[in-house]
Amino acid sequence: MTNILETKSLSISFGNLKAVSDVSMNVAASSITALIGPNGAGKTTLFGLLSGFLAPTAGSVTFNDHDVTGMLPYRMCRLGLARTFQIAMPFASQTVRENIAVGAHLHEKKRGAALEFADAIAERVGLTDQLGKSASSLTVGGRKRLELARALATRPTLLLLDEVLAGLNPQEVAGMIPVIRGICADGVTVLMIEHVMQAVMNLASHVWVLAGGQLIANGTPGEVTRDPHVIEAYLGHGMATRIAQMGRDEVSHV
Amino acid sequence: MKLQHTVIAVVAVLGAFALAPVVISSGFLLSLLIMVLLTTLMAQAWNILGGFGGQLSFGHAAFFGTGAYAMAILQVHAGLNAWLALVLALAASAILGAVIGGLAFRYGLRGSYFSLVTLAIAELLRILANAVPFTGAGVGIQLPLHASLSSLQFADKTGYLYFLLAFVAIGFALSLWLRHSRFGAYLLATRDSESSAQALGINVQRIKLLATAISAFLMGVAGVFYVQYFQYIDPGIAYGTAFSVQALVAAVIGGTATVFGPLLGALALQILGELTRNLMGGAPGVSLVIYGALLVLMVMFFPRGVAGVLKKR
Amino acid sequence: MFDPSIIWASVLNGLTTGAIYALIALGLTLIYGVLHIVNFAHGSALMVAMYGVYFLFVKAHVDPYMALPLMIAAMFAFGYLLQRVVIARAARGNEQSVLLVTLGISIVLTNLALFAFKSDTNTIDTPYSLQTVDILGAAIALPKVVAFFGALAVAALLLVLINWTSLGRAIRAVSREQRGARVVGIDVERIYALSFGIGLACLGAAACFLLPAYYVNPQVGDDFVLIAFTIVVLGGMGSFMGALWGGLIIGVVESLGGLWFGDSLGQMGIFLLFVAVLAFRPQGMFGRKGA
Repeated sequence: MTNILETKSLSISFGNLKAVSDVSMNVAASSITALIGPNGAGKTTLFGLLSGFLAPTAGSVTFNDHDVTGMLPYRMCRLGLARTFQIAMPFASQTVRENIAVGAHLHEKKRGAALEFADAIAERVGLTDQLGKSASSLTVGGRKRLELARALATRPTLLLLDEVLAGLNPQEVAGMIPVIRGICADGVTVLMIEHVMQAVMNLASHVWVLAGGQLIANGTPGEVTRDPHVIEAYLGHGMATRIAQMGRDEVSHV
Repeated sequence: MKLQHTVIAVVAVLGAFALAPVVISSGFLLSLLIMVLLTTLMAQAWNILGGFGGQLSFGHAAFFGTGAYAMAILQVHAGLNAWLALVLALAASAILGAVIGGLAFRYGLRGSYFSLVTLAIAELLRILANAVPFTGAGVGIQLPLHASLSSLQFADKTGYLYFLLAFVAIGFALSLWLRHSRFGAYLLATRDSESSAQALGINVQRIKLLATAISAFLMGVAGVFYVQYFQYIDPGIAYGTAFSVQALVAAVIGGTATVFGPLLGALALQILGELTRNLMGGAPGVSLVIYGALLVLMVMFFPRGVAGVLKKR
Repeated sequence: MFDPSIIWASVLNGLTTGAIYALIALGLTLIYGVLHIVNFAHGSALMVAMYGVYFLFVKAHVDPYMALPLMIAAMFAFGYLLQRVVIARAARGNEQSVLLVTLGISIVLTNLALFAFKSDTNTIDTPYSLQTVDILGAAIALPKVVAFFGALAVAALLLVLINWTSLGRAIRAVSREQRGARVVGIDVERIYALSFGIGLACLGAAACFLLPAYYVNPQVGDDFVLIAFTIVVLGGMGSFMGALWGGLIIGVVESLGGLWFGDSLGQMGIFLLFVAVLAFRPQGMFGRKGA
């Protein structure tokens, strides 16, 4: 399994705040990998570093064996790395079809071809019946799908999804899971930031855990959710031992 | 609107203007039409950067004046043929646009900062033009009368109308192109959400630079026309706020980022201008008061402009 | 090159003009800091205020300094209403709309003045207009000296208002975090209107200090506004100290620059400085990045 993405000691500081500190991780090609961690851990900041929106103060990013550290976002996209945003920002003055076409235009010079490709992408993502609508009229779920569709239309080899399931109701989440699985099956590697654990367990083959800007664990979803460091990061200091203690106490009281 | 329908409408409108000199003999009405076309052209130019691009230039006269002065100076001081001067003057405007667009956006100027800078640049140029001898300083430059096609001057209004109409047609073509092309889609995307645009592979600096250059080019045409038609240019006319305001107000009132907005806005301004002139005489500043008030009212109540109102029907 | 006494006089004159610039810039930066809008109508509002002072003197024989309370109150009301009735309605949270609306207001005011007063330039003659004060060898016009202290006094009052009153606290809250302020019960729209009013009230005061030593015509606002913008950007959008220091510095630079390069090139220098600051250090001396 080759690594499509690798970082070495990636760090960024804002003044005195070390938002991301010494992160060395990798994403295997053709996999779905998850990046989890409590709020404020620096996950979106890390995405910013990976996609070129932020320049690191130290460390490097390698994409498809190219050193892309500090490369501008539009160049990253042209190399095949696409990302979505946590807060979906549709092109409000355009229709859903036109929005997706903007992504499609990366590889389609002609307007007609781009619009056609947009239609095809919309079908994969489940937006076909919204194509003619103005993008600003979409619901949260629709906007998230649009973010996904736009990024997908650029024909990426690596797709960075930033909480693409946040704000969706359980049905919508259930609807999106097969879509994401389908994207990976088509050969696109997916790295997703997610809080919806059900999706992480369901989709990811490998999970990285970020807390306080640093990687504290990585492994399969099962391994990671049992890791005491991870439990502590989410539930607080000492919780891992307390939970283990509670488990022992219950057994002894039976 | 479908592309084919819009094209047909554009051709119809252009055709109507082309037929006007055949049907109308009044010199007064023809000059009114010319004024409408001139404002349309300026609004089309502004619309490219301000409407489609979302970068509100408050000093578009910078490009108008540069085109006008270049045209005048090249003919009067350098003795160049009018057509050659035309090409060079338009190049000058476009280059100025590229420089301003390149520098401004390279340094991350946007929103009100960009508007401020364009205002300052136009004012700077006005001061320069007033002080420097080769622009004739405060006195300006007079273009010698020589009505012939080779000097790009015409014996009667009809010639000027067709000259202008040709460029308005180019303006329409550009607007249509922006609505139905990759560059246009990229420009609108940059306007609506710059970071999303970057994440989709768009080089936003380059897009904004090109948009500014194209917008400047078209505005330069208006300047060139002014000089040929009125045979005179001075710092106040070239770089003063009047044309900056006219271009902006016509485009905004008509409806930004639309194909017909500029024409609708120009018509609205012309009609209102004539009405006020009839009611209040030719006092200075009156029409601009109306334009300003109209701008405020439109932004308050009809932000999508006349075109937006018409589309709803 | 120049006689030190000429330079000294130039510096003093620059300081007096600079204090007025600072007052104008304070209003502008307050409006930006609280409402986050660039008030393109600031220059024409100043012009309106100056005509107010002019006519109060010419028709009602009210001395400009006596007119201070009236002008401040009147401009405050004007600003309050303008924001409440026009700008807030047009804004709809859209930065572009606000830019266009303040531009529109500016066009209306300037051209109404042009229509009413043509391009005539007018001055007023007060008994003290021609008196001078000797400051360490330089003879400075009395009105300018009064302007210097007056402008600084108003600026001080403003600072007291912002830092030591409950209204000031509310204003600071809104400028820092509008949504949070709303949550704790502050009437944000009212604060916006009050801040805009205060911003224009500064212009009322500035006008009273300007008239005895300066002139008024429909374009006078435009003369001042670009300098005010330069100061605000130089000092940092939203920064009080920046507007204050920036005003004084620009005043002196302009005065000395005029000595060396002559007036029109001096003007160009300010514009070039403006464009340069916007390009290279848009947060100014004291401001925060990301304005």
